[in-house]
Amino acid sequence: MNVTQATRLVAEREIRVKLRDRTFLFGTLFFLLIAAAGTILPPLFAGGPSTVAVTESLAAPLRTAGLEVRVVPDDQAAEQAVRDDDVDAAVVAGPAVLAMDEAPNDVVNALSNQPGIRLLDPDAVDPVVAFLVPFVFAFVFFLTSQTFGVQIAQSVIEEKQTRIVEILVAAVPVRALLAGKVVAGAVLAFAQIALIAVVAVIGLQIGDSGGLLTLLAPAIGWFVPFFLIGFVLLAAMWAAAGALANRQEDIAAVSTPVQLAVMLPFFAVIFLNDNDTAMRVLSYLPFSSPTAMPLRLFTGDAAGWEPIVSLVVLLLTAGAFVLAGARVYEGSLLRTNGRTSLRTAWRERETIG
Amino acid sequence: MTRTLRLDGVDRSFGDRQVLRNVSFEVTAGRMTGFVGANGAGKTTTMRIILGVLAPDAGEVSWGGTALTRQDRRRFGYMPEERGLYPKMTTREQVTYLGRLHGLDAAAARRSTDALLDRVGLGERGNDLLETLSLGNQQRAQIAAALVHDPEVLVLDEPFSGLDPLAVETVVAVLRERAAAGAPVLFSSHQLDVVERLCDDLVIIGDGVIRAAGSRQQLRDSYTTPRFELVVEHDAGWVRDHPGVTVVELDGARVVFDLPAGTDEQPVLQAALARGPVRAFRPISPSLTEIFREVTQ
Repeated sequence: MNVTQATRLVAEREIRVKLRDRTFLFGTLFFLLIAAAGTILPPLFAGGPSTVAVTESLAAPLRTAGLEVRVVPDDQAAEQAVRDDDVDAAVVAGPAVLAMDEAPNDVVNALSNQPGIRLLDPDAVDPVVAFLVPFVFAFVFFLTSQTFGVQIAQSVIEEKQTRIVEILVAAVPVRALLAGKVVAGAVLAFAQIALIAVVAVIGLQIGDSGGLLTLLAPAIGWFVPFFLIGFVLLAAMWAAAGALANRQEDIAAVSTPVQLAVMLPFFAVIFLNDNDTAMRVLSYLPFSSPTAMPLRLFTGDAAGWEPIVSLVVLLLTAGAFVLAGARVYEGSLLRTNGRTSLRTAWRERETIG
Repeated sequence: MTRTLRLDGVDRSFGDRQVLRNVSFEVTAGRMTGFVGANGAGKTTTMRIILGVLAPDAGEVSWGGTALTRQDRRRFGYMPEERGLYPKMTTREQVTYLGRLHGLDAAAARRSTDALLDRVGLGERGNDLLETLSLGNQQRAQIAAALVHDPEVLVLDEPFSGLDPLAVETVVAVLRERAAAGAPVLFSSHQLDVVERLCDDLVIIGDGVIRAAGSRQQLRDSYTTPRFELVVEHDAGWVRDHPGVTVVELDGARVVFDLPAGTDEQPVLQAALARGPVRAFRPISPSLTEIFREVTQ
């Protein structure tokens, strides 16, 4: 049996155990509901065309515009209908639009004589979407790497705490143990996101916001490799942090640096996403590039070669962190007397390999 | 060809504390070898080095004449001193998993797990989560975990500690089966009476140094001065004055005495017979406890 086979066995076990974990299953279900609700409901709430009270003489253009017209005898009755909240708006002589606190656009448009519109940059992003998309990307990466990272650390600590690690290390190479956990975490995280994405796409179709999808597709396409490599980078850190701890209670203390590596880029991307220079820098820094670079692609700020360079930087960093993480993991896995310092773990490898 | 597990000049330090010094001994195929020593003498470190969980600073472990490889070690069965399996997995599932990690295919791992769980009396609890089993049953699961891949060599660190008497008998029977099937079995214990009852060979370690190693009988012969018991009709006090004798215990007509190594004991018997009837005269084998005390002092 070689390292690859051992890695697969370890990963299989991690996944099997996780798939029976109620917290994980309910968590996934919860995200799926949110994704479905978030995509299907808003168009529904947006409601149909406005109802408008109007006298027969002014009704024609409103009917043509497809609004729900209620014919009233005079303007006073029309105003009363608005005050009574029977209709969204009324059109009275003038013509003028009456409404309680906000003029309904569809009514106004029906009565206006609009100039012809020619968009010169038709891909330009709706400001609401431009605000939401960075948030969603950053949030998905933050939440997933956090959740699955903690789980990797917990799984490492469980093996240390129960001492089964000694039997495992005698049977398979230490790096197969580490790789198996990272692979399992990545597979689960990716499967969960893919499932949520599928539900979201179906939701967008149902809610008839399919246009957004075409706009998002290239950004999502780049998000996938960035996400995977970024996840491996963080997973290696989580595994090393877990190996330094000795009990589940220690996890908070040993994982502070990892938490920061996840949290700081998250907030940076959220708060600086309209600052071009900051985003350009963030899109190359390994910890923030998984969210910042797809964003710049989404908003059309990045040139074609930029994601490739950033991806290579991320890949090299992840490779270095996996090697360093493996070394710390090997150096601390069998130290079961209290917490191991990073320095000790780095210096002294115990096992034969 | 019988294969021998052999340690040659193994050294190991933790920081500036040297815990193993030039440790060399052999574990012969088909024999149960007891590994005894006080707490902290280096038993666990030695076993971890055999399994490759720790690397030696110097020296070598070989199996059948060639240096141990990871592939060899995968065919070893190991029970660490500090026990543990996955609490949230069923016994059957994790024993099967460990079988697969040791190189069995899925079907073979399942077959072996089923047979072993029945053998150690866990057949009906196999589908329970490990954490729901009693401590004794968790120990049985641990034995099954060490044996699932039908190991060529068994290394067991304190296999009997924490076992109820019934479980001890089960484990002893299983280990004897493995030894009879030709596997070298090395087990450590600080319960000397258990070791005395079980082992064919013995390795005694003290402060990281091998103090004695060999078959039980060899050790008895070489590590103690010849000791005899004599029971006569009347007072045996005269034995004190017999040349070369050191009296260990005197109680009226019964006396226990040592002779310098290599001295013939028959003149003492003749002297006794000359004084009157002799009821008993026999060599006394020292217990393991006494040998242990002598070699580790």
